[in-house]
Amino acid sequence: MATKEQIRDRKTDIGPPHYEGFLCPTIKRNYGKWRYHEILKPGVMVHISETGDKLWTVRAGSPRLISTDFIRLICDLADKYCNGYLRFTSRNNIEFLLGKSENIEPLIADLEKEGIPVGGIGRSISNIVHTQGWVHCHSSATDASGLVKVVMDELYGHFTNMDMPAKLRIAVACCLNMCGAVHCSDIAILGVHRTPPRIDHEKLPKICEIPSTVASCPNAAIRPIFIDGKKSVEVDEDRCMYCGNCYTVCPAMPIADPLNDGVSIWVGGKVSNARSMPKFTKLAIPYLPNNPPRWPEVTSAIKNIVDLYVKNARNYERMGEWIERIGWPKFFELTGIKFTKYHIDDFRYAGRTYRTTTQMKG
Amino acid sequence: METPLLDELEKGPWSSFVSEIKKAAKKSKKAEGLLGQLELSYKEKKTHWKHGGIVGVKGYGGGVIGRFSDVGEQFPGAAQFHTIRVNQPSGWFYTSDALRKLCDIWDKYGSGLTNMHGSTGDTVFLGASTDDLEDIFCELSAASWDLGGSGGDARTPSCCVGPARCEFACYDTLALTYDITMTYQDELHRPLFPYKWKFKMAGCPNDCVASIARSDFSVIGTWRGEIQINQDAVAEYAEKGLDIKFEVVRRCPSKAIKWDGVKLTINNSECVKCMHCINVMPKALRQGEDKGAAILVGSKAPIVQGALLSSVIIPFMKIEPPYDELKALIRKIWDFWDENGVARERIGELIQRVGLGNFLETIGIEPSAQMVIQPRDNPYIFYEEYYESE
Repeated sequence: MATKEQIRDRKTDIGPPHYEGFLCPTIKRNYGKWRYHEILKPGVMVHISETGDKLWTVRAGSPRLISTDFIRLICDLADKYCNGYLRFTSRNNIEFLLGKSENIEPLIADLEKEGIPVGGIGRSISNIVHTQGWVHCHSSATDASGLVKVVMDELYGHFTNMDMPAKLRIAVACCLNMCGAVHCSDIAILGVHRTPPRIDHEKLPKICEIPSTVASCPNAAIRPIFIDGKKSVEVDEDRCMYCGNCYTVCPAMPIADPLNDGVSIWVGGKVSNARSMPKFTKLAIPYLPNNPPRWPEVTSAIKNIVDLYVKNARNYERMGEWIERIGWPKFFELTGIKFTKYHIDDFRYAGRTYRTTTQMKG
Repeated sequence: METPLLDELEKGPWSSFVSEIKKAAKKSKKAEGLLGQLELSYKEKKTHWKHGGIVGVKGYGGGVIGRFSDVGEQFPGAAQFHTIRVNQPSGWFYTSDALRKLCDIWDKYGSGLTNMHGSTGDTVFLGASTDDLEDIFCELSAASWDLGGSGGDARTPSCCVGPARCEFACYDTLALTYDITMTYQDELHRPLFPYKWKFKMAGCPNDCVASIARSDFSVIGTWRGEIQINQDAVAEYAEKGLDIKFEVVRRCPSKAIKWDGVKLTINNSECVKCMHCINVMPKALRQGEDKGAAILVGSKAPIVQGALLSSVIIPFMKIEPPYDELKALIRKIWDFWDENGVARERIGELIQRVGLGNFLETIGIEPSAQMVIQPRDNPYIFYEEYYESE
């Protein structure tokens, strides 16, 4: 245990180490001077500076949830091939930053020997960003790491090859909190609860603040009540849309329901401003069962959508751009996904998504 | 320990997180506890983590998130399995020495399991016990690392790779992220806001950190002036087989590009600076020389009132140290949020509630047509000025 003195004397509010200490000499020399880049092959690119210097990047996928053994392993590889300089990407990939092109192939060979896939650059599927799921979250409706694993197993060839019309970004969030911000991905896999929270009237008055619990509901479905003279709340179940926000505020309202929790699939979002404006993902499949450990219904649904996209989209067309070109009715027809009442928005400003024109294909 | 369900997730070509947990479980009782609990979750199709729990280190309100198991008796290693968010370096650059030091500290006290990285950007340690938190923080601090944000505070800012390794960076995302992180250490470590606040610095409109979707305050690089064309390099792309007419000209959202087979011309007054042509031909096209960023606010995931994208409040700002203009703007927005935000109301939701016009007026920004896709189409105007008869 740290002593009082140690706690007193430790430095606080020092912030992270300055990034300059982690930049390799080639980057330091060419900081802000990069001229262009070329993608040489899957997972490998080179940046060329106005000074003529070159920096090679080898990108490798990681499962994000990694042990210190794994980190030490990639550190050893970084020492062996790039003087210990490496970085991570916003999608949980590892990037080795090489000053010498002759180190590319030996590094890739070593990575493959360790079972670490190389790819994810250019017209490919990059690593999946995701949340904690059953591994480490209280409000998860499904597991995130497991879904990532089975989906990436299914789509592995699209990570290690550049055979897509454009880049395809997949994200997994294990509940509507969307710590993984899946709301703007080409394909989003979202864990859903489908039944209202169950209220523990014994515990609730002891551990929850009634006004903030009532206020937590986006749909005003929670009302204060008295039960046997004790304060509690009730949920108007017709108004509940199972967001779990009340559970975040009040632990006495658990929402997990193994019988009904599951997975929904969303498509067509993007964050980049390239060509079309950034867009939200839209609902494709309202519910698929939670079927661990390998979620076969989810992987086959995703594969179906990805296969159709690869076959039909034009170069540089992201998922959402492709669907907008062919039209949503065609998307549902091609994928064979049934369009239901659930696909029609009924939350705030829902009417903006209704078709207010007679222009229709087909 | 038997884990038949999780074992299925060690099959297949993609790297397995289950193998990672097993590796850690060989050395750590905590990781072993997690493995057992997770197998149970897979069997029962439900989480076994209890709701939160307040733990932390002295002097800080954020950075540590309590996590307790509801099956701690069955899996003692998982009983306390707190998260420690370590503020990552700008751009997620490391040296192997620095990473090994972090591993040494984590192996000594924790489960040996990490996320590289968390969704907001932190280096995440998963699985600490309450009694070890102060020790871990002492060692982190001695090794020049600090904790990140959690709860209603400024969350750990993050940024794209920026000018360190990208020709598209319109400003120094790493420098700004470091500066903002250091300037707001108090706001980052001591939650005093109505809810979370995220900064994300993207160097160009490609937005590799999803700033427009995932941050309350989005600084997205852009430029003014003409796209610079290297005609020889354009010809080189054409020779190598790029169909410039189809892949570049027709994909331009504002139809600003012409290609006659020899010469590429761009009508820059029509260009919306989307990056597509530059992405396709980085060797031939460069952004205009007057670089800076657009400032957008308000994006978030669905909780509570629905997901939002960030929207423009400053169409163009130069982003240069000491960033006084930017910091003055941040302070004004925080003051407005402090004054008007209700509990668990993100700035984007507050702006939706009071109206962008009122927000702009309060923080002293003149409205401009660039801040909207179109003017209002409903006539319910709150007129504030009118004549009174004498």
